[in-house]
Amino acid sequence: MKRNVCLFCMVLCCLLSGCETNNRAAVLNVYNWGEYIDTDLIKQFEQQTGIDVVYNTFDSNENLYSRIQTTSYDVIIPSDYAISRFIKEGMLRPLNYENIPNMAYIDAQYTHLAFDSEQKYSVPYTWGVVGIVYNSKYVDEADIGSWDLLWNPKYKNRTAMFNNSRDALGLALMYLGYSQNTTDRDALRQAADLIKAGKPIYQGIWMDQILEKLPSEEIVAAPYYNGDAVTMIDENDDLRFYVPQEGTNLFVDAMCIPKNAKNVEGAEKFINFLCSTEAAMANWEYVGYSSPHTGVYEQLDAEIQQDPLYFPDVSTFKTEVFQSLPEETNQYYNDLWVDILT
Amino acid sequence: MKKSFAYPYGVWMVIFILAPILLVGVYAFTSGDGHFTLHNFTYLPGYLPVFGRSFWLALISTAVCLLLGYPMAYIMSQLSASRQSLCMMLIMLPMWMNFLLRTYAWMSILENNGFLNQFFRQIGLISFLQTQFAYPLDYIPLINTSGAVVLGMVYNFLPFMVLPIYTVLIKLDSKLIEAAQDLGAPTHLVFRRVIFPLSLPGVISGITMVFVPSVSTFVISQMLGSGKYLLVGDLIDLQFMGGAYNPHLGSAIALVMMLLIFLCMWVMNKFDDGTSEQGGLML
Amino acid sequence: MKKFLKDFYLLLIFLFLYAPIVVLMVFSFNNSKSRRLWHGFTTRWYIELFQDADILHSLYVTLLVAILAAALATLIGTAAAIGIHNMRRRTRSVYLAVNNIPMSSSDTIMGVTFMLLFAALHLDKGYLTLLLSHVTFCVPYVVLNVMPKLRQLDRNAYEAALDLGATPYQALWKVILPEIRPGIVTGAIMAFTMSVDDFVVSYFTAGTTSQPLSVVIYSMTRHRMTPKINAVSTILFLFVLVLLIVINMRQVRDEKRRQAQKGGRT
Repeated sequence: MKRNVCLFCMVLCCLLSGCETNNRAAVLNVYNWGEYIDTDLIKQFEQQTGIDVVYNTFDSNENLYSRIQTTSYDVIIPSDYAISRFIKEGMLRPLNYENIPNMAYIDAQYTHLAFDSEQKYSVPYTWGVVGIVYNSKYVDEADIGSWDLLWNPKYKNRTAMFNNSRDALGLALMYLGYSQNTTDRDALRQAADLIKAGKPIYQGIWMDQILEKLPSEEIVAAPYYNGDAVTMIDENDDLRFYVPQEGTNLFVDAMCIPKNAKNVEGAEKFINFLCSTEAAMANWEYVGYSSPHTGVYEQLDAEIQQDPLYFPDVSTFKTEVFQSLPEETNQYYNDLWVDILT
Repeated sequence: MKKSFAYPYGVWMVIFILAPILLVGVYAFTSGDGHFTLHNFTYLPGYLPVFGRSFWLALISTAVCLLLGYPMAYIMSQLSASRQSLCMMLIMLPMWMNFLLRTYAWMSILENNGFLNQFFRQIGLISFLQTQFAYPLDYIPLINTSGAVVLGMVYNFLPFMVLPIYTVLIKLDSKLIEAAQDLGAPTHLVFRRVIFPLSLPGVISGITMVFVPSVSTFVISQMLGSGKYLLVGDLIDLQFMGGAYNPHLGSAIALVMMLLIFLCMWVMNKFDDGTSEQGGLML
Repeated sequence: MKKFLKDFYLLLIFLFLYAPIVVLMVFSFNNSKSRRLWHGFTTRWYIELFQDADILHSLYVTLLVAILAAALATLIGTAAAIGIHNMRRRTRSVYLAVNNIPMSSSDTIMGVTFMLLFAALHLDKGYLTLLLSHVTFCVPYVVLNVMPKLRQLDRNAYEAALDLGATPYQALWKVILPEIRPGIVTGAIMAFTMSVDDFVVSYFTAGTTSQPLSVVIYSMTRHRMTPKINAVSTILFLFVLVLLIVINMRQVRDEKRRQAQKGGRT
């Protein structure tokens, strides 16, 4: 008995001493979308600054909203409409751009957008459009071109739908010819019913799982973002991407610092680091999303600059940017979403 | 001996068991700005299908666990002592590989291009179905069905059925069984009239230990189900950590869920004579 | 024939229980990220595992919390069991009823209640919240394993010790504890196992720097799983396997020794 107690105490001491070394003073909590950063950059940043980065991922703006209620992060990377909701609810900290000199590299086209019109809270990270990724081996060319591929009974049990209310209802609204920012309950109801009607056709309602299921041919078509389409096509070259003719959502994701951040100084350093040309370039190569960084764009070949997959030409199709919705409509989205999944 | 030894735990229970439940109650009956409201409960009738689905799936998986687990426990209880402890070890061991991983591995087995479907193709089952019955697919849909969710539940919670039944069975007085046999009862009658009734406490605690986690799981349905149909666990997760942040509504759902579970257990315990103070839970 | 059927049945059940584990272990040696197709043997995931600070840290969190939680739960639970055993019937049933709540209300609900509690107490999610919640769901297992041993205890032994001049604490330490030790040990092992296997409660109570392995695995299942996870669980599994075999062998040895002693005495 005594020997066991001794042994136990020794093990405990070892473990606790490990705890000591892990609790370095400067910890930076970064919360980002899945597969959305070149992880080597995090290591580089840690080596340069000695700051210990704790990196976690979320899979939708709605999830992010829930999680930051009870956990404090230092850097988050939400999308446009989420940013304006956070601003409205006083959840973000105004940035001190003096500490983020690399902000100068961000193309003016992507600053002062509606979600942060005074450009006080955010540093654009990537932009992109939503489209449909499909497998040309299984999907007939005749069936593509529209959002209706997602409701095509021919591909029953082989397609998927977004698992977040804003993206899913947004594309259904677009397909029905409504604005993605409508607050009209009837329009939203129709969109929800449309998705409900598609449930027997979808194999699943997912987010990042799609990244795995499309290349492995578990499913043959799903809506996704153009940046991730690049990654998936790299893995399986039968995959293709198109922007449906009814138009689509244009999004900008930007880095922000939440009000309850504990390491603001580190957060600013991190944001500035990611905006350096080298880091942005490495990130672009890894992530595949269109970069708002002028330094990156200029370095690229004309071929890539004009590739609609990397830098979609938004003048050739109808796009809409999500706007922050009134609280009442947000609530209605939640209700509809639960109703769809019931 | 001192009863004061239990006081620290008494305090602990008040802070970490009773207070949190009270908090759920408070949240359930208030709105975001802290006023008393019954509004959260008005949503619940709409969630009836979700509750129904959860209870139905949990019921099926509990029944399957019982059907698989009872014979297992019975056979185990008749083995030699060393083989018994080997079996016990083999049942406990998988718990050490995190249950998320074990469930994840089922994905590789059940997917449309997973091991089972690869196997079906190899043995020509799929082409047989295609030629003979004009089967339209080149796989058998296994993953992302309710069946897969039930399988996941059975797989994860089967040990919780086997162990309590086994514990009761090995404690059974062999004299009772011998007496019944001596009096000329055939084997099936001995089982039905003597062994099974005596093992009932184990069965009941097994049923609870399988049913409760099954009815409130959200991980298994997310991984093996399609995400198209919510279970109560998913619904609660959605309100606290997921895409529809509303802890007040989530608390109302959790509260109702808790009451329903306690109701089920109360009914279950009616079947038990109540003498076996949780004896079955002991491993 | 009947025996064959029985063995066959056991075999089938164990096949069912171990099939996914075999899949996981085999694919920890797969020379590709695919979890379905075999691309040749490699040990690179094991090498990469030991360079992956995040996974190692989460493994460390899992073990640290499990050890601390099991230790605390054993301490609190054993003391509580002794106390409860000496209570009057009514107080005892109240204690036992509350003690049963964590086991009979589901882990999802428990996780949620902890989350609300820590938010109300303004405790940031982290090691402390994780530990507190784990201890809470571990103690009942200890109590329920120690109680029956106390019931089997001969009350007179304690009285006799006191009559022979032992102080109450000596009597407790020298007479009671050795008798209920098997219960304590089983309780501690169960508490430890429950803590290691837990995901749901940790999901609701862990902070960003204190994510146990299960929470890390969960966020990976939402994206893409790295075979490094297969490697870490294979190692964990083999470690426990060896541990259990050693314990089992020791038990068999003790059993034999005890029988030999008994034989000598009669």
